Amino acid sequence: MRPDIVRQTDITFIVIVGISFLLLALVTAAMFYFIYKYSRKKNPVATDITGNTTLEILWTAIPLVLVMVMFFFGYSGFKQMRNAPSDAMTVKVTGRMWAWSYEYDNGVKSDTLFVPKGIPIKLELSSADVNHSFYMPAFRVKEDVIPGRKNYMWFDPKEEGRYQVECAEYCGLSHSYMLSQVLVLPAEKFNTWLAESKLKENADTTKMQTDTIKSKQDTLKTK
Amino acid sequence: MDYVSYLDYKGKHKGLLGWILSTDHKRIAILYLVSLVSFFLIAMTIGVLMRLEMLTPGKTIVDPQTYNALFTLHGVIMIFLFIIPGIPVVFGNFFLPIMLGAKDVAFPRLNLLSWYLYIGGAFLVVISLFVGGGPIDTGWTFYVPYSLRTQSNVTLAVFAAFVIGFSSILTGLNFIVTIHRMRCPGMTWFKMPLFVWGLYSTSWIQLLATPVLGITLILIMLERTFGIGIFDPALGGDPLLYQHLFWIYSHPAVYIMVLPAMGLVSEIIPTFSKKDIFGYGPIAMSSLAIAFIGYLVWGHHMFSTGISDTSRAIFSFLTFIVAIPSGVKIFNWVATMYKGSIETRAPFMFVVAFIVIFSIGGLTGLVLGSLNTDIHLTDTYFVVAHFHYVMFGGMGLLFFGGLHYWFPKMFGKMYNERAAKWGLLLFVIGFNTLYFPMFIMGYLGMPRRYYDYLPEYQIYHVISTVGSWILVTGILILVINLIKGLLSKEKYLDPNPWGGTTLEWKVPTPPELENFQEIPTVEHGPYYRDNLIKPENSH
Repeated sequence: MRPDIVRQTDITFIVIVGISFLLLALVTAAMFYFIYKYSRKKNPVATDITGNTTLEILWTAIPLVLVMVMFFFGYSGFKQMRNAPSDAMTVKVTGRMWAWSYEYDNGVKSDTLFVPKGIPIKLELSSADVNHSFYMPAFRVKEDVIPGRKNYMWFDPKEEGRYQVECAEYCGLSHSYMLSQVLVLPAEKFNTWLAESKLKENADTTKMQTDTIKSKQDTLKTK
Repeated sequence: MDYVSYLDYKGKHKGLLGWILSTDHKRIAILYLVSLVSFFLIAMTIGVLMRLEMLTPGKTIVDPQTYNALFTLHGVIMIFLFIIPGIPVVFGNFFLPIMLGAKDVAFPRLNLLSWYLYIGGAFLVVISLFVGGGPIDTGWTFYVPYSLRTQSNVTLAVFAAFVIGFSSILTGLNFIVTIHRMRCPGMTWFKMPLFVWGLYSTSWIQLLATPVLGITLILIMLERTFGIGIFDPALGGDPLLYQHLFWIYSHPAVYIMVLPAMGLVSEIIPTFSKKDIFGYGPIAMSSLAIAFIGYLVWGHHMFSTGISDTSRAIFSFLTFIVAIPSGVKIFNWVATMYKGSIETRAPFMFVVAFIVIFSIGGLTGLVLGSLNTDIHLTDTYFVVAHFHYVMFGGMGLLFFGGLHYWFPKMFGKMYNERAAKWGLLLFVIGFNTLYFPMFIMGYLGMPRRYYDYLPEYQIYHVISTVGSWILVTGILILVINLIKGLLSKEKYLDPNPWGGTTLEWKVPTPPELENFQEIPTVEHGPYYRDNLIKPENSH
């Protein structure tokens, strides 16, 4: 059973916002009650209270426990986010001003991220120019795409459909147009698409040549 | 009356020169006040234009390049010219020496130099708009490699921030020495007003953290000019090194902005509750704790950059820890109201608004401190909403709160209190209408710094833009009301209109040139009152 990143993130969110809302309600209610109860009219002379050690300890310790709970939720969800399943399919993502491109293991390139339903996808992120950030709100994941670094992220396309991809790190003039989409297809349809795209690329001989040269260069580099 | 107020004093110079050449800490404070309010109004206008552009998808009033320059300028002006200097340079300068029972700050000339550096930096910002490649378009964070590549005038703009940084360092130094050396007889460390503790904590951050920013900005300039390859990956540099250096300053800078505001809250609540503060020690120590732990959390701005998983966990953990002292302050403030005798005058109402708005800002910070939620929400409108609740709802609101609290003391004039309360009400309504929808947009996935957006976000943008109009109406009412008070012929010479207990309420209104004819001696804590009911279980 793979971890459900979306659900874990939403649960963390609800836990933190829930506790926060209670604290906020408590503080606000107490404050307005005091303002009403101890107004100048109702209480002309104040009482000389300068502190209370028990209270200080309590309102340090209780929030400390609460934030540790929050930290735990956030951290355990995060660990799953960083831990791509071993059966994940790898896609290379390149960000450049101002477009995304995707490259599959067989060399197929695309400007839409086609993925098969039900198979976890590991994205290897690189940038051709400045910082970008690969963000898929529907999957609650994002990771910066930084030149000179190989960052990665993974997500789990469970449902078929189209999902938005956005650049989340400011990258200049057309930052807000640096959009793309994830298209989650049934596995068979995806395989057909991948194979057909491969055939198309093979038909385009000039492109194949450059690809071969490029892959040779890559092999040289790794050696 | 046998004293000359600092406003009437005639020194070597007359007119404007008597102000811009005066080393009197109160006159310097007024110089800063005029400069800061002007820059605030400019950056606010830019903010309103940005909201107007966001009213519809696509182009509403400006093109993308202009929009990118607008949000950069809004950030640069608000942060470097308003929020960071903010409360220390205006109220710190004016009241720190008086609250300590001193005649001036430790280095009055250095104090005036700081103002010149500030205003010089501000002029450089203005010049950078018109020369070279035009207005800077990098965002206020100047992230590399974009800031190395853009044609806009980054070099001069970051130099301006560098110069303003020196103003901040020198003010910090001045205040630290003043607090250590110039306290009047009897004023031990734990008899200092809590506003002074806030300034003290802030000053240390200014002194120690700002040089890191200075170095970083100089490196950007060198990199742009000579291509030395510190940050640019194409030359073997590291873009993340820049982000580390930038946030090593800029995260503590958040506390530079907010600690003095917190100190101000600790002044206003006891005054209007007619009662000693609850938990003086914990409040004072929590300022130091925030300043200290605040140094160690910069990495939470980088959770999505690909820094190591271990470091992300550590930074997240420390971020949660730094929330504790802020919470302690809020609990102590509310507890101070318990069994008080509360007058809901205008300055007090600013604090009430602050506590609610700042708490929302702080609590949503927990969502961003947590790792998996931050990965989703960082660089979205959720972050924009969060830091406006903290910065604008924290420091910004209290800047106006402080102005309403100390206005009669500073000028010997009074504003219309009803108008102030109405202005504040519109401020609060407008503020929440403007920024609350941004939390929702952020959660839905609207990235920040977007000129254009998908149509599903429009409804939130429209609400937000309407909020900006309400907020601005509130702010204009507050500002005009204060200016009207200032210009009125009617003098208001009551030395202590609110019944405060700290030293500034014991000197005449407006204060005389060197504050005290005779240096006072302090016997009690700053908020001590001898006419209160003794608690039942006292020993």
